[in-house]
Amino acid sequence: MNSSKILEITELTTCFDTPEGLVRAVDGVSLVIESGRTLGVLGESGCGKSVTALSVMGLLPKPQGRISSGSIYFQGKDLVRKSPRTLRALRGSEMAMIFQEPMTSLNPVYTVGEQIAEAFTIHEHLPKKLGLQKARETLFQVGIPSPEQRIHEYPHQLSGGMRQRIMIAMAMACRPKLLIADEPSTALDVTIQAQILDLMLNLQEETGMSIMMITHDLGVVAEMSDHLAVMYAGKVVECAPVDVIFNAPGHPYTLGLMRSIPRPGRKFSSGKQALAEIPGIVPGLIDPPPGCLFAPRCDRAFERCRLEMPPLFNLKDQSGSSHGVRCWLAESMAQQPATQGGRT
Amino acid sequence: MLNAAPPLLHVDGLKKHFPIKKGLLTKTVGHVFAVDGVDLFIRPGETLGLVGESGCGKSTVGRCILRLYDPTQGRICFQGNDVAAIQGRDLIRFRTQVQMVFQDPYASLNPRMRVREIVGEAIRVHKLHPGRSWREQTAHLLREVGLSPDQMDRYAHEFSGGQRQRIGVARALAMQPKLIVADEPVSALDVSIQAQVLNLLDRLKERFELSYLVIAHDLGVVEHISDRIGVMYLGRIMETASDRDLYQKPLHPYTQALLSAVPKAEAGQRRKRRALLQGDVPSPINPPPGCRFHTRCPEAQSECRNIHPAMIEITPGHQVACHKYAEGGKDCP
Repeated sequence: MNSSKILEITELTTCFDTPEGLVRAVDGVSLVIESGRTLGVLGESGCGKSVTALSVMGLLPKPQGRISSGSIYFQGKDLVRKSPRTLRALRGSEMAMIFQEPMTSLNPVYTVGEQIAEAFTIHEHLPKKLGLQKARETLFQVGIPSPEQRIHEYPHQLSGGMRQRIMIAMAMACRPKLLIADEPSTALDVTIQAQILDLMLNLQEETGMSIMMITHDLGVVAEMSDHLAVMYAGKVVECAPVDVIFNAPGHPYTLGLMRSIPRPGRKFSSGKQALAEIPGIVPGLIDPPPGCLFAPRCDRAFERCRLEMPPLFNLKDQSGSSHGVRCWLAESMAQQPATQGGRT
Repeated sequence: MLNAAPPLLHVDGLKKHFPIKKGLLTKTVGHVFAVDGVDLFIRPGETLGLVGESGCGKSTVGRCILRLYDPTQGRICFQGNDVAAIQGRDLIRFRTQVQMVFQDPYASLNPRMRVREIVGEAIRVHKLHPGRSWREQTAHLLREVGLSPDQMDRYAHEFSGGQRQRIGVARALAMQPKLIVADEPVSALDVSIQAQVLNLLDRLKERFELSYLVIAHDLGVVEHISDRIGVMYLGRIMETASDRDLYQKPLHPYTQALLSAVPKAEAGQRRKRRALLQGDVPSPINPPPGCRFHTRCPEAQSECRNIHPAMIEITPGHQVACHKYAEGGKDCP
């Protein structure tokens, strides 16, 4: 079913030159997003989830960051080989991105109407007046009350939730096929977060767009995504349909994450106990040791884990969906190493 | 858990209004009603959680208790003494007994000081632990919070976020406090590190017979660590209950909305809609009259728009400020 893949990342490696040395922020990541579906990318800070997104968008900081190998096929075209000019034409029209902190991603000296209208004047070559007209419609679409007033306001006049709606309106202006959302609700309060997540689900239903949802929040992933890729230290360590992972996490890191979050109500069903900790900290990515990068923190690590990096093993479960796990413990349960990660 | 001991801390009718100043003569043009009538108490050995969204005044309550802010109105009593009236040597003593752990472990440690200075400075200044050198005592504290005494001569930037938060906790512990106010102690940390710090706080509470006021926006964190929880909204407490009651029988429509808005990390949650509340929190400069929550409340009646609901007790220890329950409860003292 090649036709339904909107995005296919294969063995992507993205490096950064730093004064301390070369950092492989993303190291051999493969992900697939099918059209109309949502892929959740879960991980902690520094795991490479945002760098993966920036690689897709062609927004890596230059000159330190570069894609050193791999391919990113978006609608059949390899973005790695496209010129900056072609990427610029795709950004904002075919694919769009929203960021965690809406205040720093909006331009403080333009009204929100002007900023949204820009998408129409640049990509659809509409005159400015018509662009503003369309901006008003887009604001209405993202649930902003009295849009005819709001388009004349500046970002600082709006609340955090409103600003994130403006960001979504800008991203949705040209009806992109793919929306990359990098921690879109992390800076917001829970009641506002619920509104923004609902809005994204509604827009996806209306437009049929695909979403790459980058977050550190297991709850957001459970609610938003069809498939889930868990990243650790620049690699995908587990990927499967979201319910498969929540029912039977295959990687010790995923399991550790699930056990370590305090969930409302759990202490009453199973008695108050200390949270399960993942000991230690995320390793530095300069000169990483051989073997599995999670091994120093893993309570189930054995000799081989410290010597050899495990491939992504493919566990076939009853439903037939693929379940990739990068762990030597999964070897005995897998038929053969998976060739592809993050399939949705 | 009913504990009959007299409260360690008692806050009564606390108000903190910040003036808004404008113009050349800095004329006061209005007030931010950050905290507007908060009552709470903490018993010895108890953890009280204060939960609420940004701007609800929960941090201001914490800072008033530490006497970092002078309250506009109301009384704060610590071990029976009015905090606002403490002076001289008693104030120095008070400062050692109430300590704070801050949210941002990157901003709350002096980058020019070594760990031994950060943790040990106060031990030297206050001449605590006679008969033991401050260096020994610092090493002991570092071990207690899970750091190695070998790291004593390092600077804060050489540590990860979770380790820095441990240093912040050691600094607070150095004063042998009775009460620690922890303002968002884990929200700046990664998920896998949060559990480490929460467990540490829990363990130290037993070991040093501490009481905590934990201020956080994350319901999961607050509920995990607290014995009782107060839910704040726009400067007022809407509901207080034991952790169990609050989770199993939330009464206030705001508490219910908060609980339902938290995304659940489990299978089968996909595409569930849960936004019960529309709109934003109103500005604390112009708080709505009547119940502060009525502008977003799905169950608001006409009286909610005009009359501020009093705190009433529904079951022992479970109090709510909502007109909905006016019939069933009895007035709080």
